[in-house]
Amino acid sequence: MANAVVELRGCTRDYGGVRAVDALDLAILEGEFLSLLGPSGCGKTTTLNLVAGFVEPTAGRVFIDGEDVTGLPAHRRGLGVVFQSYALFPHLSVFENVAFGLRERRAPAAEIARRVGEALELVRLDREGRQRPSQLSGGMQQRVALARALVYRPRVLLLDEPLAALDKKLREEMRDELRAIQCSVGITTVFVTHDQAEALGLSDRIAVMSRGRIERLGAPREIYERPSSRFVADFIGASTVLRGRAVATDRVALASGLEVQVAAGAALRIGAELELAIRPERVQLAAGPGMGAIEARVEGLVYQGALTEVSARLGDGQRLRVFVTEPSPVPLAQGQTVHLVLPADAFMVLT
Amino acid sequence: MLKAAVVVLLAFMTLPTVVVIAVSFNPTAILSFPPAGFSLRWYENALTYPQFQRAAVNSLWVTLGSVALALPIGTAAALALERGRLRLPTLWATLLLSPLVVPGVAAGLGFLILAASLGMIRSRAVLIVAHVALVLPFVVRSVWVSVRNLDVTLERAAASLGATPWRAFRRVTLPLLRPGFFAAILFAVVVSVNEFVVSLFISNRVTEILPVAMYSYVVNYTDPTIAAMSTLFITATFVVVWLADRFVGLGRVFLQHR
Repeated sequence: MANAVVELRGCTRDYGGVRAVDALDLAILEGEFLSLLGPSGCGKTTTLNLVAGFVEPTAGRVFIDGEDVTGLPAHRRGLGVVFQSYALFPHLSVFENVAFGLRERRAPAAEIARRVGEALELVRLDREGRQRPSQLSGGMQQRVALARALVYRPRVLLLDEPLAALDKKLREEMRDELRAIQCSVGITTVFVTHDQAEALGLSDRIAVMSRGRIERLGAPREIYERPSSRFVADFIGASTVLRGRAVATDRVALASGLEVQVAAGAALRIGAELELAIRPERVQLAAGPGMGAIEARVEGLVYQGALTEVSARLGDGQRLRVFVTEPSPVPLAQGQTVHLVLPADAFMVLT
Repeated sequence: MLKAAVVVLLAFMTLPTVVVIAVSFNPTAILSFPPAGFSLRWYENALTYPQFQRAAVNSLWVTLGSVALALPIGTAAALALERGRLRLPTLWATLLLSPLVVPGVAAGLGFLILAASLGMIRSRAVLIVAHVALVLPFVVRSVWVSVRNLDVTLERAAASLGATPWRAFRRVTLPLLRPGFFAAILFAVVVSVNEFVVSLFISNRVTEILPVAMYSYVVNYTDPTIAAMSTLFITATFVVVWLADRFVGLGRVFLQHR
């Protein structure tokens, strides 16, 4: 069991009448890549700012390596931060930007030259040392920001939506590079993002946040396959939520009377009203009726290259989202009747 | 049609200067235009006149002193106005910019009475203080524009890298305020060197600055020495502005808005 490098205990942060973070408890473990994931306004950036020391909690305490740093200002915490806008110093060269933290620590010139060189090599910018940030592309600036935050080997690396300003291709490249660097350096990392695909791909653990609280904390696969709440099911991946009533410990009757089988271990309370979620990629297209397939009518088709997003209307009026991997086993057209198989173990019971 | 109007306007504005420069070369002791010949005797006269020499030195000290004081005060004010979360920011801004709208005579009289009540009539210190007050609006305005354009995240970045607030200010904020400082110094110097009305009230023959000395001269003598002095003055201002453009770029100074 890894030890906690950073701990937030009961942290609350108010801005005027708004509670940005609400009695938050979080332990960030040594060497892990933790993502704070959530929609705008969920408190993820405020949480990061609490760790960094840019804001003080209205209540609660912050610990780094077991030491209470709640009152400690940001410049004494020894952390590394990469900002969404990169915040590179425009009047300094790339070399001087990266050297900034070392100069503040009074490192000797030879050491600065060596370590800045290493940091720039790590982010593959060893030949751009003399340039000014304004002369570099967005992706390069982001790498300078990363080198600058890592060069003095901080205790924790904090990243505030660093990939948000990049285009899709670049974002994916940087995502992989970021993970590779984090793995090779082994630094404890906290990553703030609203992009769930990013979080899923990068993290050891994800904290899904909403309205200042952590809704779910766990490994990506666990959260994706067992979201446990409607908010998480909606926010991570796509899903359709169906309403129904349990008629057996493993059967649910939907509004129209249509009954679906869920996994045996669900242990439903008979008579309970509940919500089921199913991921669109788990719904299967049957060649024809039978075999427990449910009839539905195609209402919408969105071609996405590798798959087609289908919006289908069930007999009871509820809508179901289906991802059909291209090429489709069955021809798809607007208004067409299709037969869908909803595997029992694909259902996620939401509380 | 529009072109003609612009030409006429420009001619109207520059004509007095042209006349003064032309008159300064007149060989005889009469302010006649056009000049009857060419002579540099009035320039020699102007440059050797002891009162002008003393006044020039006074101007130098007063301008340097007032700009040196106004710059830190104005910077502090600009930062306070932009970041200080003041309760009545408009009030403070109006107070700081008020010297621009107070008539010179009123301000001059005010400073004179103030100096008298402090027993400091006609001292250089009062002169410098008055210049600081007159120059401050320009300094505050120029630096304020730069402060507005500062990215606040940069200071956070500096803090995250281990810089104390003071070091962040020195290493990040101040260098980025440089365009504002250049503009402030340029405006302040031009305003202070040319300041006449208030300086007239609160200086005597020992402490007076150049514009006041020139006025005193004209009151007593009407030879082209004054025209020569004026031409030197105009030329010096021109050179200063040209140097500012050459080394800093007036575009950078005046076009700070993003």
